[in-house]
Amino acid sequence: MSTAETRRRASTPWLLAGPALLLFVGVVLIPIAMTVLLSFHDWGQYKGIDPIITLKNWRDIATDSYFFEIFLRTFRIALMVTAISVAIGAPEAYILNRMGPPWRGIFLVIVLGPLLISVVARTLGWALLLGSTGLVNVALLRLGLVAAPVQFMFSETGMVIALVHVLLPFVVISVWASLQRLDPQIENAAVSLGASAVTVLRRIVLPQVMPGILSGSVVVFALAASAFATPAIIGGRRLKVASTLAYDEFLNTLNWPLGAAVAVLLLIAVAAIIVGANRFTERRYAEVFQ
Amino acid sequence: MSRNGPLALAFHALFIGFVLAPIVIVCAVAFTPEGYLSLPSHGLSLRWFRAIADYPEFVRAFRDSLWLAALSSSIAVLLSVPAALAIARYRFTGREALLALFMSPLMIPSVVLGIAFLRFFTVIGIGGTFIGLVLSHIVIVMPFALRLVLAASTGLDRAVEHAAVSLGASPLTMFRRVTLPLILPGVVSGWVLAFITSFDEVTMTVFIASPATTTLPVRLFLYIQDNIDPLVSSVSAALIFLTALVMIALDRLYGLDRLFVGAGK
Repeated sequence: MSTAETRRRASTPWLLAGPALLLFVGVVLIPIAMTVLLSFHDWGQYKGIDPIITLKNWRDIATDSYFFEIFLRTFRIALMVTAISVAIGAPEAYILNRMGPPWRGIFLVIVLGPLLISVVARTLGWALLLGSTGLVNVALLRLGLVAAPVQFMFSETGMVIALVHVLLPFVVISVWASLQRLDPQIENAAVSLGASAVTVLRRIVLPQVMPGILSGSVVVFALAASAFATPAIIGGRRLKVASTLAYDEFLNTLNWPLGAAVAVLLLIAVAAIIVGANRFTERRYAEVFQ
Repeated sequence: MSRNGPLALAFHALFIGFVLAPIVIVCAVAFTPEGYLSLPSHGLSLRWFRAIADYPEFVRAFRDSLWLAALSSSIAVLLSVPAALAIARYRFTGREALLALFMSPLMIPSVVLGIAFLRFFTVIGIGGTFIGLVLSHIVIVMPFALRLVLAASTGLDRAVEHAAVSLGASPLTMFRRVTLPLILPGVVSGWVLAFITSFDEVTMTVFIASPATTTLPVRLFLYIQDNIDPLVSSVSAALIFLTALVMIALDRLYGLDRLFVGAGK
């Protein structure tokens, strides 16, 4: 093979992927870099964005308890959403997997389908259900469980309920995928050796689907921490999380550098959690991936 | 295979109830004959669906959303096919990094992308334009299109292509007559998934949309932030019906579990 041809073959993948690569460098990498730079600029009510380099925004975020509280709330909600999603999503994936056709297919579409429905429409449903005269409160009052309507709207509880609904399918998908790789013969062997259903679940199934549960949790946590539409609708204008805070700085206060700093911090936090959790999963469950 | 016990089935029923509750309530409220938010207890009415037509902002946003989704998913697929072939067939330095870059819009929070696009488009002077919307949507739907095209290209039998070449087919003919038909299911499903993703996107788009060029979910979101009335229910219900149709088509075409779980089965 001539050297010219070798060179041509080596450049072929780059030519094929070139157009997409150009777009991603121009419209993803450069804008992200510009946003990081923006977070170091100064801003004033009358002067607007002042392109000097300053740590002012970062100092504000690090020292002002207002920002600390919002980030704390963001991650508290994300943690709650993740825990609840796993607690109800993993058993549901297991139950779905034990169903026979045609029910399995039908219910899988019902469970995964909402992922394709606009998050605004789904959150609107929760806003209707959770209002002070909504069906949930009507039911709670009728059953005598509460004396007065529970304030779900504009509360963290309401946000958690709606976010669990939005993100739950990701846990089901992830656990479902690892259940597909499970060899049913192992379960049968355990049963034939006298293991109870609980023992099979705890000693055979759970260890094998653990990577699926973990990867589902990471996805849910990352998406919950950066969710925007659901916290904005359920939380209203006052109960803010990191993403709605960034939105307000950009489109209401117009303090773009501060908003950029909030966004960059959110990006770093989410990236650190994804990378950290993946490292942990790979090290802890290396044998499952072989 | 062991069966689910009564306790498991009860859990399952509650789970399905939880999943469907908000979707059912939106659709139910949309049919109310009353002038305020309520369940249709005195018969069904289409008045709130007819009301959508009297609200030109929603109609225009719907049209813009359709155009935006069609354009951005088509361009994303056009970029994905050669990129997927490069990644599936060649082993080259930077291959992993390239794939990670193309998949990065899934990892970067949409809020961050929205802010980055807003800053970038404002600086280069296309802030609030349709071109900006299309560029940003190509980027966010690329991972979905690429993943499905990649799955189709990886499973491709190379022997058929070699046969075509040995029979004298040019690379272009080979691609058009052999490769493309073989990866077509992946390409079409990738396009549909990209279309839905673009059509539903709200978090990133809310930053870069302007009152003149906006999408239906963004218009709906901004409306809901101000007030919730039966009109937003009927618009949402219409969205849900449309999505359900696409979903059934996708399930028949590709299988929803395969679509979400990936090619591994």
